[in-house]
Amino acid sequence: MNAAEWQVVGFTLRVSAFAILLILPPGLAIAWLLARFRWPGKSLAETLIALPLVLPPVATGLLLLKLLGRRGALGAFLHDRLGLDVVFTWRGVVVAMAVMSLPLLVRGARVAFEGVDPRLEQIARTLGATDVRVFLTITLPLARNGILGGTLLAFARALGEFGATILVAGNIPGRTSTLALSIYQLVQLGKDGEAFRLLGISAAIAFAAVWASERFLARRGPR
Amino acid sequence: MSTMRLALHRIRLPLAAFTLEVDTEITAGITGLFGPSGAGKTSLLDLVAGLRRAPSALIRLGDRVLTDTAQGLSVPARERRIGYVPQDLALFPHLSVRGNLLYGAHGKEETNGNGGRFAFDHIRDLLDLGPLLERGIAHLSGGEKQRVAFARALLSSPRLLLLDEPLAGLDRPRRERILAYLRQAHDDLQVPMLYVSHHADEMTALCGEVLHLDHGKVTGQGEPGA
Repeated sequence: MNAAEWQVVGFTLRVSAFAILLILPPGLAIAWLLARFRWPGKSLAETLIALPLVLPPVATGLLLLKLLGRRGALGAFLHDRLGLDVVFTWRGVVVAMAVMSLPLLVRGARVAFEGVDPRLEQIARTLGATDVRVFLTITLPLARNGILGGTLLAFARALGEFGATILVAGNIPGRTSTLALSIYQLVQLGKDGEAFRLLGISAAIAFAAVWASERFLARRGPR
Repeated sequence: MSTMRLALHRIRLPLAAFTLEVDTEITAGITGLFGPSGAGKTSLLDLVAGLRRAPSALIRLGDRVLTDTAQGLSVPARERRIGYVPQDLALFPHLSVRGNLLYGAHGKEETNGNGGRFAFDHIRDLLDLGPLLERGIAHLSGGEKQRVAFARALLSSPRLLLLDEPLAGLDRPRRERILAYLRQAHDDLQVPMLYVSHHADEMTALCGEVLHLDHGKVTGQGEPGA
């Protein structure tokens, strides 16, 4: 492993982790709203969130590119008002990973919240607990394993993200190159040996993340 | 003997098979709510506890209005100070016995203006929970779980205790023991109780008054065994 390879591994882990941290608060909120309440537009929201699972990743990437480019609705705002460029920067990688991983996180957390008996939350209220306290002391701890499992699965998905990332962030060595993008480029250049080294690292990280995710999911529910 | 005055007026709640319709007042220290399963007993408790809303209801405990649909008023469950021991007990599985017991006592120093009758040590000893405090919920027997759920509700300093079939699933000797605990707690702590069961013998042993409920309607009210 040379310095450039380590750089790619480190960059991929960092942006993936950042993407997951970014979607964790809204993802948990959405999952909780889906699990506990009925509201207008709920099935539309469900479908929109799940869409990146089935849409070609390149299509999702193209939509994000149009939205976040300097002339895009959101991109223009970010550039003009906040001086932030997203497209073809590490931020683009984070956004692509975030959008592609959100469905897995929401799905895992939703199932976890649904597994918490609402009766426990009700009784906590009769004991004088506020809604916030009920969520923090009853709902969240009891859903913890399912949430951690879903989060790790989303992290593994982010690590391997390719199609959306390459459109939104390009493949700029040292700037936006992730493991998946580097493997693709190395194969294009006929450097199969190096590609396989990165593939090995990718597989090892993904294996660890999915394995840990399964461990948490197996421990779901009341102990 | 503690008494309560629980007014349940104009209650109308459509359920799957029938409509719960109740209009009465309850005054005994321990009042039984008697009837076959599916008679609407648990739904009535949920309304009193504020866990469920009815299209029409006026519920008053003593001088305090808890629910008045005509005024659009409903005191949230957490402010009602009504202890609830549901049929499945709803013990928090991720907390120890101590964690369960202290959940409602959290941040509450006041003791219902009656010199610490709901103090932790007192209720722990009353229900013999001392040796169980550090155990997990999964490691309790059926009777022990009942006592923990009961103590947890008492430690929230309730003005009224709702007990939904608290002896279900226990064999006879254990039922006798829990009944003794209930009576003792009632005499000692002066908490009025609303006690749901479909066992007539429990009613006779415990209650000063019984409300008969069938298919959502009150079919009788009076002394137990009457």
